[in-house]
Amino acid sequence: MKLQRFLPIVLIVLACAMPFLVSNYRVFQLTMVLVYAIALLGLNMLTGFNGQISLGHGAFYAIGAYTAAVLMDRFGLPYWAVVPVAGAVCGLAGFLFGLPALRLEGLYLSLATFALGVAMPQILKYKGLEHWTGGAMGVTLTKPDPPEGLPLSQDQWLYFVVLAWLLVLFWLGANLLEGRIGRAMVAIRDQPIAARAMGVDTARVKTLTFGISALYTGIAGALGAIAVQFVSPDAFGVFLSISLLVGIVVGGLASVSGAIYGALFIQFVPSVAEQVSKSAPWAIYGLLLIVFMVLMPGGVAGVVRALLARVVDRKRRR
Amino acid sequence: MKRRTLLLGATALGSTPTWSQGAKKYGPGASDTEIKLGQTMAYSGPASAYGTIGKLHTAYFRMLNEQGGVNGRRINLISLDDGYSPPKTVEQVRRLVEQDEVLALFQTLGTAGNSAIHKYVNAKKVPHLFVASGASKWADPKNFPWTLGFNLSYRAEGQIYARYLVKSRPAAKIAVLYQNDDFGKDMLNGLKDGLGAAGAKMIVAEASYEVTDPTVDSQVLTLQGSGADTFINIATPKFAAQAIRKAWDSGWKPLHIVNNVGTSVGTVLTPAGLDKSTGLLTLQYYRDPNDPQWKDDPHMLEWRAFMGRYYREGDPRDASNLYAYLTAQTMVHILKACGNDLTRENLMRQATSIKALKLPLMLPGLTLNSSPSDYVLVKQAQLSRFTGSRWEGFGEVLSTVG
Amino acid sequence: MTAMGGMLLHQIIAGLATGGIYASVALALVMIYQATHLVNFAQGELAMFATYICWSLLQAGVPYWAAFFITAAGAFVLGVLVERLIVRLVEDAPVLAVVIVFIGLLVIFNSLAGWIFGYAIQPFPSPFPAQPPFGNAYVSSHELGSIAITLVLLAMLFVFFRFTSLGLAMRAAAQNPQSSRLVGIRVGWMLALGWGLAGAIGAVAGMMIAPTVFLEPNMMSGILLYAFAAALLGGIDSPGGAVLGGFIVGVLENIVGALLGTELKLTVALVLIVGVLVIRPAGLFGKVHVTRV
Repeated sequence: MKLQRFLPIVLIVLACAMPFLVSNYRVFQLTMVLVYAIALLGLNMLTGFNGQISLGHGAFYAIGAYTAAVLMDRFGLPYWAVVPVAGAVCGLAGFLFGLPALRLEGLYLSLATFALGVAMPQILKYKGLEHWTGGAMGVTLTKPDPPEGLPLSQDQWLYFVVLAWLLVLFWLGANLLEGRIGRAMVAIRDQPIAARAMGVDTARVKTLTFGISALYTGIAGALGAIAVQFVSPDAFGVFLSISLLVGIVVGGLASVSGAIYGALFIQFVPSVAEQVSKSAPWAIYGLLLIVFMVLMPGGVAGVVRALLARVVDRKRRR
Repeated sequence: MKRRTLLLGATALGSTPTWSQGAKKYGPGASDTEIKLGQTMAYSGPASAYGTIGKLHTAYFRMLNEQGGVNGRRINLISLDDGYSPPKTVEQVRRLVEQDEVLALFQTLGTAGNSAIHKYVNAKKVPHLFVASGASKWADPKNFPWTLGFNLSYRAEGQIYARYLVKSRPAAKIAVLYQNDDFGKDMLNGLKDGLGAAGAKMIVAEASYEVTDPTVDSQVLTLQGSGADTFINIATPKFAAQAIRKAWDSGWKPLHIVNNVGTSVGTVLTPAGLDKSTGLLTLQYYRDPNDPQWKDDPHMLEWRAFMGRYYREGDPRDASNLYAYLTAQTMVHILKACGNDLTRENLMRQATSIKALKLPLMLPGLTLNSSPSDYVLVKQAQLSRFTGSRWEGFGEVLSTVG
Repeated sequence: MTAMGGMLLHQIIAGLATGGIYASVALALVMIYQATHLVNFAQGELAMFATYICWSLLQAGVPYWAAFFITAAGAFVLGVLVERLIVRLVEDAPVLAVVIVFIGLLVIFNSLAGWIFGYAIQPFPSPFPAQPPFGNAYVSSHELGSIAITLVLLAMLFVFFRFTSLGLAMRAAAQNPQSSRLVGIRVGWMLALGWGLAGAIGAVAGMMIAPTVFLEPNMMSGILLYAFAAALLGGIDSPGGAVLGGFIVGVLENIVGALLGTELKLTVALVLIVGVLVIRPAGLFGKVHVTRV
């Protein structure tokens, strides 16, 4: 048991030390890992814990990213203010989408979310919104400077900002998932009828989960936009949504730590694949996906959990 | 030891100093033996058809290295995949600049990706050369002095078509098909700019399509239904070919102008049907490898020999492979001009002082020019008409106004 | 008014032609769903790859119909192999893990096709005459012919599932694997057969689609979305519904584009489809599943 308490603290200390140990370029990459981890936790809440399969979560990431970009670029808001606003906007969007989605089950829901993901680039390119969104040309953002006096580079400062958001969101998320609502979410996933019979307001929990999930992903999108300093409609297409899905499954469904493993996977494995084969890198990536699923159908988190359980078990036996 | 240095110093002073030949100055990525160039390219994702550009560059530099390199130095091109995704472009370019420490970026592909790194490379003062994108924003020496484009911009192309129509068919009713992204919209805006306020009424219908659309048949029908007699086809090869074929099959015979991206005889007109492509108009600034008129041209044969020997998997019918050859030649030209001063500043200086460079595979009579205040490299083009077997240029060589 | 009406009619007919494309791929999706209760997202890429095989045969000089049937048979074998060698390894895994395997397959076949065959578009021949029937300007012989072939496939599938014991065994294996094993059905081979048939149908779809849209590795990516939508619109367990869904989606897409402009065509079409599903959550002709507590 002590191991479980100890481990997160070690990881946090390590995470805080990283920006000083590696180059700025790596810090940027690690920042993106943290961003994706937040997005993956959001998606995992909806799909892993609550069983509502979303193939279009890239759309919420896009809404978050564009909200941040528009507010910063067109309205001059500072970066620290736009992130919560982006989260709120996405949370509302997710909630509103979740309402009609109540009628759809499994495959049909995945089509509806897939449709959302596919349509988002076109919506963002729409002439009527061009004045704010910049249309196909996108919006460029400026990277925030660290506050006066702190001896950090821009990349390092942004890393810590994102890390702070991640720790807060993960702590809140873990509490939510372990609490009453979390149990209701899982109950709805596994035994919807029994849950309803026990008095769980399935409609409310499901739409609430959609909203929270979108909120998390929206915050990730906003932070991601600030890190990359650029948003454009076609960057948020189907590929992003599919990557997020890959991330939660490879990382581990219904697991908070899975979000981190998944984020590491989707950020670094494509580059690894490119090094293995220059001519068909995505074939290697696909092969890795299949290998991961065959060897670890429960995701990396599942394997880690099993390993830790064995270690704890062995200790107890002694 | 000291005496030898003195003697050498004396001879150096005595001989006529040519700065570029004499002193060896190196910026990041350059040394006595090597010049490192960086590139992001779409090897995967929706624009993977353009990946051949990066592959051709790799093959070209390999050929060059076998022949001794540039001024005795081998060229090491680090070409990374960004999947046409701007966040990935940012990541890869940061790697090239901060980790690999390349001398310059060469032909980074894609308007969105290049937009994402535009500010960064200028802040870092990295030469951002011959951007592989037709957007018009790369020629901005005042705000972005380290970025230089290459392509005839989409906007300029649209303006040329507009001016041609205003002059020769002022009563034309124009219908436009365009790809719903930066490429299509840029050319459409150029077209509208060129028509001006008076000519704006000439456009009677517009229809866009997404890259994910299976066909553009429906759009072509809509445009046909508007009663237009002039059709401007702003589409990439697959959709341009579909539009050419559908227009013909539906019995619509407008004056059909197809944009430069969709003119390849091998990869667009042949699938569409050569008979259905007769009478098409376009703009060209470099030669089409499938055009029979260049069949025995020595420079075209040289290019084919290169393809056969160093880039066998490349498709000789793909015009991108000729375009990439041109840009590689231009890069080598300015690297040679740098001599032993391989700093980023000097590279930029050479890139912005190209005087009447004649690349043999461009159309006859066209040259490349740049100056510190003029970052538009390709300023000339010629209108061509398709005869059913080849593109025939007509009219004079047109100059674009930036 | 008649000009507008004429244009609309033209759009509807063109929509039926594109709808035929969606219908054929939707049929393959429904086929695999009926056999495995899974939607194979890699179906489009497998079809595209099979079409490239056919193209290679044609380039080598094999006559059209020989290449056609060799490809269909080859795609059948490929489907069986994929199921037996890869999908079987995750048959006990959670549904989403299997979906990731499908995504892996999708990406592998797409990447392999690009690497082996290149990315330039290739014209692909049609077995139907080049002249449109009666010289009309609305629909080509190929478009009509492909629709006919799709309907023939549909009829064959219908007969297969309804009236043959093998078809019944396949449906049983998908719906209730444990009970099926108890009555002696080789569930594993039923799944493999389902994949094989889906592969063959997909290949036929690909060979009918390529002449219209031109053959290239990304040929199927846009189509898959609409085919998926069509299959669900018609009801994922109804082959006839899938085909009808395909036509509806094709016509809907064109009418929206013609009436409302193309800027939001994709978005509006998808909103309408999802809207229909919200009203009828099992699709137009799907069976509503009632679960017993």
